Amino acid sequence: MAALEDAKASSLRFAFGNVLSAFILLLIGVLAFSIRLFSVIKYESVIHEFDPYFNYRVTQFLTKNGIYDFWNWFDDRTWYPLGRVIGGTVYPGLTLTAGTMWWILNSLNIPLSVETVCVFTAPVFSAIAAWATFLLTKEVKGTGAGLTAALLLAMVPSYISRSVAGSYDNEAVAIFALIFTFYLYIKTLNTGSLFYATLNALAYFYMVCSWGGYTFIINLIPMHVLLCIVTGRYSSRLYIAYAPLVVLGTLLAALVPVVGFNAVMTSEHFASFLVFIILHVVALVHYIKGILSPKMFKVAVTLVVSIGLVVCCAVVAVLVALIASSPTMGWSGRSLSLLDPTYASKYIPIIASVSEHQPPTWPSYFMDINVLAFLVPAGIIACFLPLSDASSFVVLYIATSVYFSGVMVRLMLVLAPAACITSGIALSAAFDVFTRSIKFQLPGSSQIDAGDSGTGAVVIQNETTTEKKEDFVKERTSRKNEKHEDLSKERPSKKNRKKEKENVEKISVKPQEEKRLLVLPLEASVIGIFLLVLLGAFYVVHCVWAAAEAYSAPSIVLTSQSNDGLHVFDDFREAYAWLSHNTELDDKVASWWDYGYQTTAMANRTVIVDNNTWNNTHIATVGTAMSSPEKAAWEIFNSLDVKYVLVVFGGLIGYPSDDINKFLWMVRIGGGVFPHIKEPDYLRDGQYRIDSQATPTMLNCLMYKLSYYRFVETDGKAFDRVRRTEIGKKYFKLTHFDEVFTTHHWMVRIYKLKPQKNRIRGKAKKSKAKASSTTSSKKTGSKRKNPWH
Amino acid sequence: MSRLPLIFLVAVIPFLSTLCTSFSPEKPSDRRILVLLDDLALQSSHSLFFDSLSSRGYALDFKLADDPKIGLKRYGQYLYDGLILFAPSADRFGGNIDSAAIVDFIDVGHDLIIAADNSASERIREIATECGVDFDDDQAAMVVDHTSYAVSDTEGDHTLIASDDFIQSEVLLGSNKIEAPVLFQGIGHSLNPANSLVLKVLSASSAAYSANPKTKLSSPPSLTGSAISLVSVVQARNNARVLISGSLSMFSNRFFRSEVQKAGSSIKHAKSGNEQFLTELSKWVFHERGHLKAVNVRHNKVGEANEPSMYRINDDLEYAVEIYEWSGKSWEPYVANDVQVQFYMMSPYVLKTLSTDQKGLYFTAFKVPDVYGVFQFKVEYQQLGYTSLSLSKQIPVRPFRHNEYERFLTAAFPYYGASFSMMAGFFVFTFAYLYNK
Repeated sequence: MAALEDAKASSLRFAFGNVLSAFILLLIGVLAFSIRLFSVIKYESVIHEFDPYFNYRVTQFLTKNGIYDFWNWFDDRTWYPLGRVIGGTVYPGLTLTAGTMWWILNSLNIPLSVETVCVFTAPVFSAIAAWATFLLTKEVKGTGAGLTAALLLAMVPSYISRSVAGSYDNEAVAIFALIFTFYLYIKTLNTGSLFYATLNALAYFYMVCSWGGYTFIINLIPMHVLLCIVTGRYSSRLYIAYAPLVVLGTLLAALVPVVGFNAVMTSEHFASFLVFIILHVVALVHYIKGILSPKMFKVAVTLVVSIGLVVCCAVVAVLVALIASSPTMGWSGRSLSLLDPTYASKYIPIIASVSEHQPPTWPSYFMDINVLAFLVPAGIIACFLPLSDASSFVVLYIATSVYFSGVMVRLMLVLAPAACITSGIALSAAFDVFTRSIKFQLPGSSQIDAGDSGTGAVVIQNETTTEKKEDFVKERTSRKNEKHEDLSKERPSKKNRKKEKENVEKISVKPQEEKRLLVLPLEASVIGIFLLVLLGAFYVVHCVWAAAEAYSAPSIVLTSQSNDGLHVFDDFREAYAWLSHNTELDDKVASWWDYGYQTTAMANRTVIVDNNTWNNTHIATVGTAMSSPEKAAWEIFNSLDVKYVLVVFGGLIGYPSDDINKFLWMVRIGGGVFPHIKEPDYLRDGQYRIDSQATPTMLNCLMYKLSYYRFVETDGKAFDRVRRTEIGKKYFKLTHFDEVFTTHHWMVRIYKLKPQKNRIRGKAKKSKAKASSTTSSKKTGSKRKNPWH
Repeated sequence: MSRLPLIFLVAVIPFLSTLCTSFSPEKPSDRRILVLLDDLALQSSHSLFFDSLSSRGYALDFKLADDPKIGLKRYGQYLYDGLILFAPSADRFGGNIDSAAIVDFIDVGHDLIIAADNSASERIREIATECGVDFDDDQAAMVVDHTSYAVSDTEGDHTLIASDDFIQSEVLLGSNKIEAPVLFQGIGHSLNPANSLVLKVLSASSAAYSANPKTKLSSPPSLTGSAISLVSVVQARNNARVLISGSLSMFSNRFFRSEVQKAGSSIKHAKSGNEQFLTELSKWVFHERGHLKAVNVRHNKVGEANEPSMYRINDDLEYAVEIYEWSGKSWEPYVANDVQVQFYMMSPYVLKTLSTDQKGLYFTAFKVPDVYGVFQFKVEYQQLGYTSLSLSKQIPVRPFRHNEYERFLTAAFPYYGASFSMMAGFFVFTFAYLYNK
């Protein structure tokens, strides 16, 4: 009777705990969503940055033309004249997700615009990602750790930086897909259920659809499987967790047009196949071990190993030969730069030129994951107490992602969930210890604890204390018990069903367990809790600051705070609006590739190169044009049917990421294909400068001229506020280009190619009289007066 | 009182409208021509040339070059379609005309005839230089030729040249061959060989040189031989045409009427070739000949009538364009066998000569290459003497759609067999494994 009552009481308590955690999860979701709305509140509901504009444009196309047209979309407005097969070169997950959301909302008669849906996709998915984190961490270390990790992830700055409202990029949904795939893998590993294995393959498919980072999954999971095998943790659950994922996952991945045969052809995927083979070998060995006598088994092993070694050598030789026959050793440039951080800057300037492909600095760790950086080691230790399949996965996840984040700033995003999970585990374990210590040493409870061996009393006592914390303890202990039982009982495959029974069983084991638990002094516990809460508070403050200040700027609208108030620089949209209103629909606009997506999306004009940097030669052509003198540049642009050239110039207002600062990359990329462009020609003693010490090549190149044309008129000295110097050549005229538009703060300058001369002049002999007459006629034509005439 | 401006307006409107419509792409011939003269006496001394123009329907407006009332345009509208500059010694022009105005006149597409002589002023030289023609720097120099001078009664200084070194072009000089040599007396000019817009129509013989005939030659002359051009024409990129001659007197009645015998030749022509040469050339300059237009550019898939917005790779397509030539009165079909179309993306992927039906229609059919991208149909037709035709029409070419590929490949049948037998085998195996025992 008593046992039954106990069971009733505990199930009631569980129910209450479940409701509470559901409520907490809901709040975490709301938090994750709302902390990302700073950008909308501070600025406006716009799409941010560069890539999101492309995704937005693609989504518009999808909602307008349907999925088949999207799949077959050949876009003739980018990469002129090559065009781009968008349907086959884009990860469609994000677009399809937002398109589906838009479609559902519209069919429910909620008429949101496509832009609104796109803007809010990322916040919605970060809430879902937080829930996925909860599930994953719960599988690893229980509900308490799960809730803590979910809370941490909901506001980790690194993730916020990629998922604020308006940051409509692949990573927005991919992080959710990543975590959810890991959750399902762990879930399958814990349960051995084929159902979850299938779901896992589907989640992996969604991840493949969403982001190129899926290769991280398909390498990390095999690594974990290998780890399990090596450490003697092979089980049928491991087989079920892995084998279906490889088979189904690879088949599904090959369905995504952008991946296609890469799923079996590139070496990023080879590890998974190799581990797949190893797993089967191990499974076979286990099977044979079962049916053979130990002696026979030994003989068989020696036989197989000797034959196997020979075969392996042959296979490895063939593989090596295959890989070596491809020029990049079968690795794509981006993956190679992961393994060898110096690879990209040595060989692929186009990869190295992107700031997010650079290695991060130490402060950026503190900026992006803040206190989690200190909690991670504690979390790793907590994962080893005790080490299960699931917790070993977390350890592996954090170790690899720390390495990758050290290679590329961008991959900090992969580190963030891992850091949240381990920190969640650490925090929850710490709270566990502290609260338990307090509980046992509180005047009321200590007496009962010391004397009473009746379990019922403890349970009832537990109910009176704070439910949540207590829940952790129970959950933790029960799990530990499970683990102990698991080890002895060859691991039951269906834990869920046994839960009820175990609940009853563990009660008897519990007192012995708790005696072995660490109990700290009361004062130390209180102080410890206080410090942990303080740490958490710091984290929250930092996250809110990061969300509100650091990561909310949409980068197409800039603001600056100065003594005389807030300045808003809306030059980009001004320029794109000018283009869309004042140029012909089929006109081609040349600019550095950074502005390609925005030009096609906002100005609806054809561009030569854009942010999808698939054709290095084409980009190099534009880079060469920008680094050539005017006449050569005019010829290059004219051969590409370019009508307008757009440059971004920050010298007037001090906007540092302008084209002059990016110019060396143009030189490098251009010089990589066209060797007559040499980087040293643009450097004076190895220094990049635009002042009077600059080289003549630099002062005569198109980028310099287009950026600084008429700049001296602004302040009379031509002082560049970004480079903090006066420019080298102040007075010059353009011979092959006409300035047609310069935005309010001079951030975007648009030039038109002059048409070819109507006549070809003879030898210029008596140019003096003529020059004066033509300039006088020009003067009357242009409104702005040229002070040097 | 208030009615006066109204009446004025009513009177002016038709006048203005005739101004605007006089030159149109539909009728490229110029109608109203301003003739600027040094001296009104030229009007009668060169009357044969002017009469030939008037008889072809041109309205000539004779003005002194320094007439303060002259102007090429008023209120932004050009008053004339052509300009004849027979004022070699004019150092400045009257009204608002200066060399820049004349250059602008060309740049909007109007035509010009310049005649200089050994008194050519800086202005005239400047305009010529703008067009790509460099007159001899030496102010006193004239073209002297001791081998192909025109035989005359008095043994002169051999500056009166009888030249028959014409450019070989029917479109420039008409279909009738010019039999008699052309008399020329004046200054020579040189052309930049790199300049593709300017053509030497009448060149001096290889023994000619440009120097002051009155003085002794102290240093080698700067211009010698057939590098000297006597008469040149320029066709600007906007198809404005300019005729530049170093001799004003070659337009004169005296030269038109004069009999001519080239030194060293026994044939004596009763009449010099000047009239025929200059009349034909003026027809060309004023667009009565050699002006092409291309209309009705169209393309479609074979078997379809409508123009698609996009082709697929390996589509078969048809391309057609109609080309006409202006005959002075009407558009006539242009007949040639060398019009080519390019299917162009950074470089021509297809280059085909168009077939013609002799009635102005040019057409061809070809297969779109197996490359996708944004292509252009390009017709770049540049023939000596003809206006240049440059047509380009953008057309994207897309790859196959996902459902346009072959569904089953014969070569892949072993693989289909393998996968289906695998499926069947797996099914049988499962069945046997589960229920056999």
